[in-house]
This record gives sequence, structure tokens and C-alpha cells, in this order.
Amino acid sequence: MIALIGLVAGVVLGFVLHPGVPLWLQPYLPIAIVAALDAMFGGLRARLDGVFDDKVFVVSFLSNTIIAALIVFFGDQLGVGSQLSTGVVVVLGIRIFSNVAAIRRKLFQA
Amino acid sequence: MSEPERKERTALLRPRVNRGRLIVALLCAALGFAVATQVHSNDKGSKFATARQDELVGILGDLSERSDRLRSDIRDLDDTRAGLRHDTQGQAALEDARRRAETYGILAGTLPATGPGIELTVNDPQGRVHAASLLDTLEELRDAGAEVVQVDEIRVGVSTYFTDAPGGGTMADGRALARPYRFLAIGDPHTLATALNIPGGVLRTLHTSGAEGVVTQRQKITIQAVRSP
Repeated sequence: MIALIGLVAGVVLGFVLHPGVPLWLQPYLPIAIVAALDAMFGGLRARLDGVFDDKVFVVSFLSNTIIAALIVFFGDQLGVGSQLSTGVVVVLGIRIFSNVAAIRRKLFQA
Repeated sequence: MSEPERKERTALLRPRVNRGRLIVALLCAALGFAVATQVHSNDKGSKFATARQDELVGILGDLSERSDRLRSDIRDLDDTRAGLRHDTQGQAALEDARRRAETYGILAGTLPATGPGIELTVNDPQGRVHAASLLDTLEELRDAGAEVVQVDEIRVGVSTYFTDAPGGGTMADGRALARPYRFLAIGDPHTLATALNIPGGVLRTLHTSGAEGVVTQRQKITIQAVRSP
């Protein structure tokens, strides 16, 4: 519940303040967001399974975002940034879908 | 509702606030904030702000190529202007106008033309070739860069049309065409011949419909037929 409040507060804050994205962060923020979404859905799934753990969530959230951004960063250094970010988005997208499917099964038994 | 499930529901509704929960909420807030920020910056950012380096390099290359082309256009026009200004008798202007009139006359089909090109003869003893095939042939020649085309004794212009004659045979611009059909086209002979010869192209199609096309490349093709202006 408190997490949901935090999420809504963040969205509202972002729209109210609408800060610009710093230049150095621009290529990595979208990927990091997708990674964080994956962590969030994973956390929601764990919550519904009754195995949610704060520590696991925090660690997976941070490591997901940082690793996703790092992969894109290294991709840019190697000259395959756009391909690698596509790859990362695909992998994370698949994970998000499977997490959402599990959540759906849990919630609607279907 | 089973016991653990009930417990979970109550936990959902009445969360205990502790450090772990707070950090989770903070991270979620950070995520929401980042999403909102990103959506916002994506909204107002032009396509260049989000484009990657290689895309930008491509765009830049296109633009500089374009500006080179435009610059050379400017140079040409400047030359023309300088020539016109220096020329008090109007000689250069007359020359220019004459040259342009000639170009347009050749394109419009009102002047005879000479140049390298091809001759295409379509032998159609059984009369199987219809107007549509002849039009395809003409379009293929135009696509391959034919500048001037003559069919039989008829100069081809923008409004040229082919029809099937009621009693058999075909007509172009309302005049009956004699068989074998003879196309003369001025353009790069090699390109024109290749275009007609591609697999599944005009010559193959003619062959399957029972006619035989022969392409001869010539260094000099003279087209005498003209259209009335």
C-alpha cells in the first residue's frame, strides 16, 4: 500500500516539477525505467505469492536498473548501443509479461 | 478465504511502517518520478534529442550532401546571372533560351533527336501482343531512362496511349501500328537493354505470350517522327 502511495507520489511529483533529464542520463534512463518496472512487477508477484521481502526487492530493483544502464553504456562504448538496448528491452519485456501473467493468474485464477 | 490469505489481505490494508517498507516506497516513488520525467522529456524533445549517435551522423551526412548540391545550384545560377548581366546584346540570353527550347522540344516530342540508344523489334506473327504489353514495354523503357521514344512511325509523348483495334492489331495515339512492332529509344543503350532483359521482364513476358523481342544496341539512333505541338 505504502509502495503504491510512493509510486503515485513520484508520478505526481514528476509531472508537477517536470525536471529535464540531464544529458548524461538521457540514453540510460528509459532502459533503467524498463528494468525498474520489471523489478516492480516481480515484487508485486512476490507480494501476491506471499513471499515478498523488502531486502530482495531493494536489491533486485537497484541491481536491475544499474545493470541495464551499464549494459547500454558498454554497448555505446563498443558501438552496438542501439542493438544492445533493443536486446535488453526485449528480455525485460518478456520478463514483465511473464510476471504480469503470474499476477493475473493469482488475482483472477485465470 | 484461507487463513494465510486473510492475513495477507489485512497486511495489505494495514501495512506496518518500517524501514524496509519505506525504502520500497521510496524506490517506487523514484520509479514514478523517473517515468513521469522521461515521458515529459520525450513529449517535448524533438527527434534529434533522442536520436542515437549513428542516426545523427546519418542525418548530418544527408544534410551536408544536400547543402553541397544546393551550393552547386547556386554557383550555376550565379554563373548564368553573371553571363546575362555582361551580355548587352542579349546574345547569351538568346542562346540560353534557344538551348532550353531545344531541350523542352525534345522532351515534348516536337523536335527530332539523335543519340545512342536501342532498337527493339517485336515479332508477333500470330497477333498475340495486346496494347497492355506495348504499354508495359514503353513504361519499362521510360523507367530505364529512355529520353526519346518512337513506336513505329509515332513519336511517343506524355499523352501517348495504346488501344486494341476492333478488328485485331493495336493502335497508338489512334493510328494503327504495323507489325513487327518497332521501338526506337534514345538513352543509355546498356541500361535500356538490361532493363528489357531482366528475368520476368518485358522480353520474357512477350516470349510467354508468343511473341519474340529482339534488342539491338546502337551508338546512333535517329528519331525523325515528331508530335505536332
